[in-house]
Amino acid sequence: MPTYNLKVNGALHKIEAAADTPLLWVLRDQLALTGTKFGCGIGQCGACTIQINGVPARSCQTPISTVGAMRITTIEGLSPDGSHPLQKAWCHHDVPQCGYCQAGQIMTAAAFLQSNPTPTENEIDSAMAGNLCRCGTYLRIRAAVNEAAKLMQNGGRP
Amino acid sequence: MNASHSPFSRREFLRVTALAGGGFALSSAFPHEGWAEVGQALDDTAKIFTPGPFIKITPEGIITILAKNPETGQGIKTSLPMIIAEELDVDFSTIVIEQAALRKDVGPQFAGGSRSTPDNYLRMRQAGATARAMLIEAAAQIWQVRSTELSTNQGKVIHEASGRSLTYGQLATKAATLPLPAENTVKLKRDDSFRLLGSRVGGVDNPLIVTGRAEFGIDQKLPGLVYAALEKCPVFGGKVVSANLARIKALPGVLDAFVLEGTANINGLLPGVAIIARSTWAAFSAKRQLQIVWDESAATGHSTEAYAGQAVALAAGNGTKIRQEGDVTAALATASKVVTGAYFYPFLNHATLEPQGCTAWAREDGIEFWTTSQTPGSGQELVASTLKIPKDKLKLNLVRAGGGFGRRLANDYLVEAAAIALRTQGAPVKLTWTREDDMRHCFYRPAGFHFLKGAIDAHGRVSAWHNHFVTFGYKNTERPASSASLSPDELPARFIPNFELEQSIISTIVPTGPMRAPGSNGLAFVMQSFIDELAHAAGRDPVAFRLELLGTDRVIPPAQGQRGNPYDVARMKAVIALAAEKSGWGQALPRGQGRGVAFHFSHAGYVALVAEVIVTPDGTLTVRQVTAAVDVGPIINLSGAENQVQGSIIDGISMAWLQEITHDRGRTVQSNFNDYPLLRSTETPAVSVNFIQSKNPPTGLGEPVYPVVPPAICNAIFAATGHRIRKLPISKTDLGWS
Repeated sequence: MPTYNLKVNGALHKIEAAADTPLLWVLRDQLALTGTKFGCGIGQCGACTIQINGVPARSCQTPISTVGAMRITTIEGLSPDGSHPLQKAWCHHDVPQCGYCQAGQIMTAAAFLQSNPTPTENEIDSAMAGNLCRCGTYLRIRAAVNEAAKLMQNGGRP
Repeated sequence: MNASHSPFSRREFLRVTALAGGGFALSSAFPHEGWAEVGQALDDTAKIFTPGPFIKITPEGIITILAKNPETGQGIKTSLPMIIAEELDVDFSTIVIEQAALRKDVGPQFAGGSRSTPDNYLRMRQAGATARAMLIEAAAQIWQVRSTELSTNQGKVIHEASGRSLTYGQLATKAATLPLPAENTVKLKRDDSFRLLGSRVGGVDNPLIVTGRAEFGIDQKLPGLVYAALEKCPVFGGKVVSANLARIKALPGVLDAFVLEGTANINGLLPGVAIIARSTWAAFSAKRQLQIVWDESAATGHSTEAYAGQAVALAAGNGTKIRQEGDVTAALATASKVVTGAYFYPFLNHATLEPQGCTAWAREDGIEFWTTSQTPGSGQELVASTLKIPKDKLKLNLVRAGGGFGRRLANDYLVEAAAIALRTQGAPVKLTWTREDDMRHCFYRPAGFHFLKGAIDAHGRVSAWHNHFVTFGYKNTERPASSASLSPDELPARFIPNFELEQSIISTIVPTGPMRAPGSNGLAFVMQSFIDELAHAAGRDPVAFRLELLGTDRVIPPAQGQRGNPYDVARMKAVIALAAEKSGWGQALPRGQGRGVAFHFSHAGYVALVAEVIVTPDGTLTVRQVTAAVDVGPIINLSGAENQVQGSIIDGISMAWLQEITHDRGRTVQSNFNDYPLLRSTETPAVSVNFIQSKNPPTGLGEPVYPVVPPAICNAIFAATGHRIRKLPISKTDLGWS
């Protein structure tokens, strides 16, 4: 079985896995990073969203063999202590119901705010349209992304 | 890695057992990091104040409240402890919340029927008030004063006359020596003195959720954990004839593969092929290479088209009379207008975002589970009866679920995990369903057909209502299947003088079961849409017409022999009036834009919605705004309650607009979110939530809003375009207009 050196949340990991293993299952089963969730397995729901070199990616559609030396960031690595403006805003707006999709939502939103620090509400909705929330918390997600954008503009550390 | 025939080496599992040692209980009892040491300190029980199972106060001042019921996203892990904290008089933000396992001393532990709040409200209040009374008594004894001179404030007992105070922690050791007072001597707070209840409190697991540390069912980690997948027959009731087990067992990472024989219980262990592997991906990959010969003989004749044909044929004949009042035939004959409509709603899947699954660990002393079940007590019984293991050998830990919606009222995944765990030679095993498994093996919301006839008399009032309801029976035509029945009390029964309801049953092999507001979630669409048809036929305003239909304020009890809550007409009329007022009902809208109103009473909640939609001439639908008025009595957690209403509305739009499960040759056609869509952020309307906090006992909010959404949307589409939607989902109808 091939071996890979993965750079996850700033740490290097030596992983032995079949080449077609989606990053999702490497993170969850081998690295115990279970914040990244399995929802559909076909890239439809966004629950498994992580960042690869800062770009949101569906970890269920990313074979380990394609990652190479790229930087992988999961929800566990978004901030050292849960103080990313999005994490704060998510708590402030009490966004989650079941909470299962929220890691993927936050990872998408974090990358989005990097590329668009002053979004309109429509731009937020469009950016988040690939992440399903079965409980229907979209209104609070929008409000939280909006608030995080403002926090970051006012000097909140991203 | 070696995938030879004896997958579980003895040495490997001896190691696992040694590592395990039962040391994981602490981590599940104290979800917040850093509490492990505290947990050990708690073993010093003599000093700790534990007046019953719900509250624990240590001399160090750590206050722990037990969350007794399963958390599926309805917010109960936050709201039930809030009720205790209110009476205990503590600062909620300082409390440690502990999720209860299945146990015998906390009352029923289930998440269903919107029952958690009404069933536990008083119990939680008494638990908090009892502890507070004992802490006051402890202070009275220490200070040698009368307890009536003492008060409490946010975790302290205060003697105002002398300016003294002690924290609950300081009083814990003394309070632990006191006898429990008789329940009827403990005084509850006056409702108007609440500080916490009715306020906005964030979910207690939010900090863990936003950092990826909240543990859901699928996230369980145990030493030596192995991973399982299960392939069941795509045809409901199909059995395994043969499978390529030898080839599967030889695949990399696969530890074992075997046929699960299953039982005849549709709610229990179904036949299939189980695969145990060293990772989820190895199990899923092997699953895709399974070649199974199934006995699919049960499938013939079971398809969506065949069911529709049977429904039309049955409706042409006579059904079983469920309710009959007055003379419908005469009223129809003398009507000034007669309206007919054939309505249909499809089968649905709950589609929890976390697929079904369970972690189980069979050891010599029994099986331990980490489960997302909404009915863990029933799950324990199901495993006991299916696998012939005494109930007291089955320990169930309740784990946060990635959505419930009624799917986890069933315990099929639990008994599957148990059966597989018995084959792992002592290793804990995590069973994970694929999304495709989840879509194709469900206890579906049953479809239903309603063939309606209504009469408007010369005064513009509804004088007659006739409904031939064609529903499904599980492998019979005598009894409706689970969640497929229609109460003879269902509105507008009791509100129309000449009323007839008859029922016919199609036999199906499709398993059905409760989904969010079972029964109501299809019926409200039919009843509120047809009332709308009658309003328009009578040339009346749909809001005024509904208020008149409900009539004078009164409380109507259920019919004799019927269960259910009395129907408080005044509460219903109040929410209709409020929804109309807040939505700008009556204000003119341009063509292609319209408002629709609907109301429904279910799960003891009174709900009215006004939806506003825009439909372009080419038929593109936008739901612009939904205004909700809700009376479930006093609100426990305002933030959680608003979230439930917003979520129910968005869920209801998904259901009404997009979702259907169809069947072909005895199997479910849909497989994943590509063909069973959920609403997305870009399609979400503005939502206005308005509560009437009437002085009634508080009731649940997970369900009653959801059924009202489809008719509100469909009635708005009619107002905008003239298209009357009688068949869900809406996406099946071309909404174009000119």
